Amino acid sequence: MMQSPSPTSSTVADSDSDKPVAPAHAAPVETTPATGDEHSFDAPLSIHDMTVAYHRKPVLWDVDLDLPEGRLIAIVGPNGAGKSTLIKAVLDLVPMVSGRVLVYGKPYRRQRALVGYVPQRESVDWDFPVSALDVVTMGSYRKIGWLRPVTRKWRDLAMESLHRVGMADYAHRQISQLSGGQQQRVFLARALVQQARIYFMDEPFAGVDAATEKMIIRTLQDLRNQGQTVVVVHHDLQTVPEYFDHVILLNMRVVAHGPVKSVFTAENLQKTYGGRLTLLDEAAEALRRAGGK
Amino acid sequence: MILSHLLFSSLGQITTDLLLRVLFLDDYNTRVVVLGVMVLGLAGGVVGGYMLLRKHALLGDALSHSTLPGIAAAFMVMASFGGSGKSLPGLLLGATITGSAGVGCVMLIRRYTRLKEDAALGIVLSVFFGFGIVLMGFVQRMKAGSAAGIETFIYGKTAAMLASDAQLIALVALICVGLCALLYKELKILSFDPAYTATQGWPVLLLDGLMMAMVIGVTVVGLQAVGLILVIAMLIIPAASARFWTHRLGRMLVLSAVIGALSGWMGASISALLPRMPAGAIIVMVAAGAFVISLFFGQQRGVVARWVRYVQLQRQVGLQNLLRTCFELVETRQLQHDEDGHPRIPFNMLLEAKSWSPRYLRRLLKRADHDELLNTLPQAVIELTDTGMVEARRQAREHRLWELYLITHADIAASHVDRGADMIEHVLGTEMVLQLEKLLEQQSHPVVPATPHRI
Repeated sequence: MMQSPSPTSSTVADSDSDKPVAPAHAAPVETTPATGDEHSFDAPLSIHDMTVAYHRKPVLWDVDLDLPEGRLIAIVGPNGAGKSTLIKAVLDLVPMVSGRVLVYGKPYRRQRALVGYVPQRESVDWDFPVSALDVVTMGSYRKIGWLRPVTRKWRDLAMESLHRVGMADYAHRQISQLSGGQQQRVFLARALVQQARIYFMDEPFAGVDAATEKMIIRTLQDLRNQGQTVVVVHHDLQTVPEYFDHVILLNMRVVAHGPVKSVFTAENLQKTYGGRLTLLDEAAEALRRAGGK
Repeated sequence: MILSHLLFSSLGQITTDLLLRVLFLDDYNTRVVVLGVMVLGLAGGVVGGYMLLRKHALLGDALSHSTLPGIAAAFMVMASFGGSGKSLPGLLLGATITGSAGVGCVMLIRRYTRLKEDAALGIVLSVFFGFGIVLMGFVQRMKAGSAAGIETFIYGKTAAMLASDAQLIALVALICVGLCALLYKELKILSFDPAYTATQGWPVLLLDGLMMAMVIGVTVVGLQAVGLILVIAMLIIPAASARFWTHRLGRMLVLSAVIGALSGWMGASISALLPRMPAGAIIVMVAAGAFVISLFFGQQRGVVARWVRYVQLQRQVGLQNLLRTCFELVETRQLQHDEDGHPRIPFNMLLEAKSWSPRYLRRLLKRADHDELLNTLPQAVIELTDTGMVEARRQAREHRLWELYLITHADIAASHVDRGADMIEHVLGTEMVLQLEKLLEQQSHPVVPATPHRI
């Protein structure tokens, strides 16, 4: 029943070493991988020929990706492009029609402990009778194990994590009494407490205040600087170059992926948004963002 | 209790003595029944708490209605094999089978069609229940066995309960409460965030199945006592009531268990005294009483508690606005002062300053007078007291510090500040004011910065 993955595998051990991670702009320019089977086995995440469909309607086609380690990676694309679905398929939350997902060279199911997940904030009922600290502690439940109670040690760990996102003062608040930005930070803290190697975050900047956005991106950059890989579904094209090292342009297929500098071009964006990125779309996007605040 | 007293005096048959005997479990048979239902209420409270939070409340309703064909079919099978057909374990087994099948159908419909959950629930509930009624029709016509008493499963009849039935309830209740205690943390994370729970490697399907099994267990053993139409109430009402009192899951579950047990105890006791009253209905009425009390008086989310908090904030805001306006008038107008330098402000001047109605302003002034912040003089003039002046100065100062903060640190146009500031400044704590002073490099008390916009 316990599915604790073995972090002792050599690939993981290698990535745990303290080798300094090159800053984003100095990263070697990688080209969009051509189709083929040359997947690197110690990539934090490699996706092979993933196809996902809802009720026979394909949502993702032939996604084939290797993600580099220690980068901050954005998944960008229009509404309905399958950004969230990509993450959910990787995390085995929606079934794949075909395809294979490897985390550090092994099937995801055996590597769960290395993978942290921050779902969309709206995906849960914030009226649930628990405190912020309770929610963050949930990130440790798997390590605590079946039937064992949550002890002081784990609560302290959760407290530390809350501290890291500037929410220590709100630890004992019921979660509905937190603002949207604070709730997002609690979710982030819950993922951090797990001490994963690769994190997936579904729109962590949706509906949060400016201060929280800055705080979250700083935390993600810290993770990156420590060598972790962070994959973020992102909606705001304007902040992509500022926040991220790598970008995956997605519209049912991977249009392009690689370092922001080389891939995040007008031409690729045009391809991703299919000419739909008119002024009106941009305005609608701006409105969506403003409305979320 | 009052209700029962009224009913009894009108019946004029039952003595207070008997009432006390029943309520305090003197009689062996009553004791068995009442204890059984009480334990059922307790388990229903705990299991229902999780069910409610997992948002499966209506699934429980579909489940209980789906037990009817099982009961009828079990009777027919047992009777055709020569028994009386009324062996309780056999009937409950039948109920469990079709109840589980009902839940399974809901799951399948939701999984493989585009119908939404509410439609799936409606279909399963009515089809299974209708099928049950049809089977009941056949049962009534069967020659073998005596069908009398089978229909008690629809409305429930505690009097029919035997000691062995109560023991069965107690056993199921013990298992459920034990599992909920052991799996407290697992069920908590599952109910809060099932998708995340799955990514963490917990077997969500197994945990969900376990939770559903507990709901089925409580429902099936509760059928005889409460009836299949109302058994859902024992799962939902105590849990929903408990939620009004606390924001903590553990406390909520304990409270839910207590409310469930009390409802079961009182409901079963009362129904034991009223021969023709179905226990299920009385139990639900008692639980509904607990729910109404919780709805109004619940400490955390009760209507009264929230109303009181709202009124208090309104009062505070009103008074602070009044004082600030007084300060602004003192600052900008030529006012008369008394010999000790207390400013006098005409009522009409205050009325013009803000969009207050005369009635509201008079009420504000009365309250401020009562708090000794000002004195109401004849000829519609008020005079600030020493305390009033200090308070007014403080209010104006905090208001302006907040406005300055918003302008300098939050990129908000000055013309829009007043409204935003109005909302938050009323709840600024001392520490926040100190922070504001530091941020804005303002001298501390008593300098009031100039207002950043026209008053």
